[in-house]
Amino acid sequence: MNSPAMTLQTPEAVTPPGPEKISVRNLKFFYGANLALKGINLSLYEKHVTAFIGPSGCGKSTLLRVLNRMYDLYPNQHAEGEVLLDGQNLLDPHQDINLLRSRVGMVFQKPTPFPMTIYENIAFGIRLYEKPSKSEMDGRVEKALRGAALWEEVKDKLHTSGLGLSGGQQQRLCIARTVAIKPEVILFDEPCSALDPISTAKVEELIDELSSEYTIAIVTHNMQQAARVSDYTAFMYLGELIEFAGTNTIFTSPQNKRTQEYITGRFG
Amino acid sequence: MDAKYARRRRANKIAMGLCWAAAAFGLSWLAFILIELIWNGVAGLSPAIFTEPTPGPGSTGGGLANAIVGSLMMTILGVCIGTPIGMLAGTYMAEYGRYEKLAGIVRFINDILLSAPSIIIGLFIYEVVVVPSHHFSGFAGALALAVIVIPVVVRTTEDMLLLVPNPLREASIAMGMPRAYMIMRIAYSAARAGIVTGVLLAIARASGETAPLLFTSLSSPFFSFDLGKEMANLPVVINNFAGSPYENWRQLAWTGALLITFAVLALSISARVLTREGAQR
Repeated sequence: MNSPAMTLQTPEAVTPPGPEKISVRNLKFFYGANLALKGINLSLYEKHVTAFIGPSGCGKSTLLRVLNRMYDLYPNQHAEGEVLLDGQNLLDPHQDINLLRSRVGMVFQKPTPFPMTIYENIAFGIRLYEKPSKSEMDGRVEKALRGAALWEEVKDKLHTSGLGLSGGQQQRLCIARTVAIKPEVILFDEPCSALDPISTAKVEELIDELSSEYTIAIVTHNMQQAARVSDYTAFMYLGELIEFAGTNTIFTSPQNKRTQEYITGRFG
Repeated sequence: MDAKYARRRRANKIAMGLCWAAAAFGLSWLAFILIELIWNGVAGLSPAIFTEPTPGPGSTGGGLANAIVGSLMMTILGVCIGTPIGMLAGTYMAEYGRYEKLAGIVRFINDILLSAPSIIIGLFIYEVVVVPSHHFSGFAGALALAVIVIPVVVRTTEDMLLLVPNPLREASIAMGMPRAYMIMRIAYSAARAGIVTGVLLAIARASGETAPLLFTSLSSPFFSFDLGKEMANLPVVINNFAGSPYENWRQLAWTGALLITFAVLALSISARVLTREGAQR
């Protein structure tokens, strides 16, 4: 396999970074008594893509799941520290959690279409927050599906079950569903790990397009993918953030020895 | 090597043969029962079965109209009482209480209830409803059937909800959906076929139960829609008539048994069809 660094030809992505959308400050995360994140400091810049890479169990998915407080579903999991979304601490117990999740959307590893029609999969989420008229709703659904590059493939079968789509189409449906409720941040948790290469390419392209409007964080096991889609890359290891920098810097001239070993495939 | 292979083939053949024999043995009894039932039951089928009430001792003719109506009313009422309670309890266990001790306790008690002899349920309702109210009633019968229905529905609701993949829950929650909304719109919808199957099986179970009704609704020779009085029902009529000295009573018992069996069979088949459709979707 080629070294991931070989695939990079673009110059250093983005400097200056622009405003911070999410700031993680000294974040600790516990599964029961087990410390999974050991004081993370990190910034997600507005309308940029940040990739989290690292070997299994390093805490990258855990970090992602703190950003929309998904961990709240489970007892014995809690976070300490601060995660600021536009300056407001979203770990605050008074934070309205449904509101937070409407601002910070998430796309999962396995496509999870709801057991309803393609149209309803999108309309359902919109109806959680708005009451558009039938024609407005049709427009919103179309826009979301176009935004996820799925419209052409499904426009003739909008009223058939979303479960009848292929895996890649299902994943794009999930992205469309997330985009339809107009979040500000979208979290991707290994969105391509269950997809074939062609679907993966489509989703990556989509992430690239979405980054002009949304702040994006993506967890990936695939370093080439991180190199392809992200502006910034965070390398995590054993619950610590080892290195965080522009993606080019991470892949061409990492400062830390472990980062270098990981991206050159010496461990992980 | 060849000898070893031949021995394995022989062992395989013997095991296969034993499995076939066991399956055929079990099925043959079922077929035997069904054939006997059809043979004896069909002879008594006539419009009068559905229009006339059970005959008195020594009189001729008669039908099962009062028992059929009583069975339908009590079963439907029992299922209407038992299903929501069972679904709510199952939902609690699968969704809210999944990590809590209480859910484990409820599950354990429910399993006991599920396998409790139904005559005990009949006696229980007798003690708490019939004795204080001083008379047998269709309501008491329906309550006893509800107690039969509840654990079946609790169990299937929980099992079916647990089969709903967790990422689907997380995906719903991640859109900012409140939890109750997620359960009603997403989890129930994903588990619908299974839950409906469970309810159908509970109906099948309740409609064939004799023991819980013996002490609660008793039986009645009169046609009645009044749930406040004792009420005729197929299982108890079959129980009373099958051992009687009157030819026409015994014939009615056979026909009643045929009706119940085919009603239950129809329910089970629809449950099967629903499950299969659910699996295909």
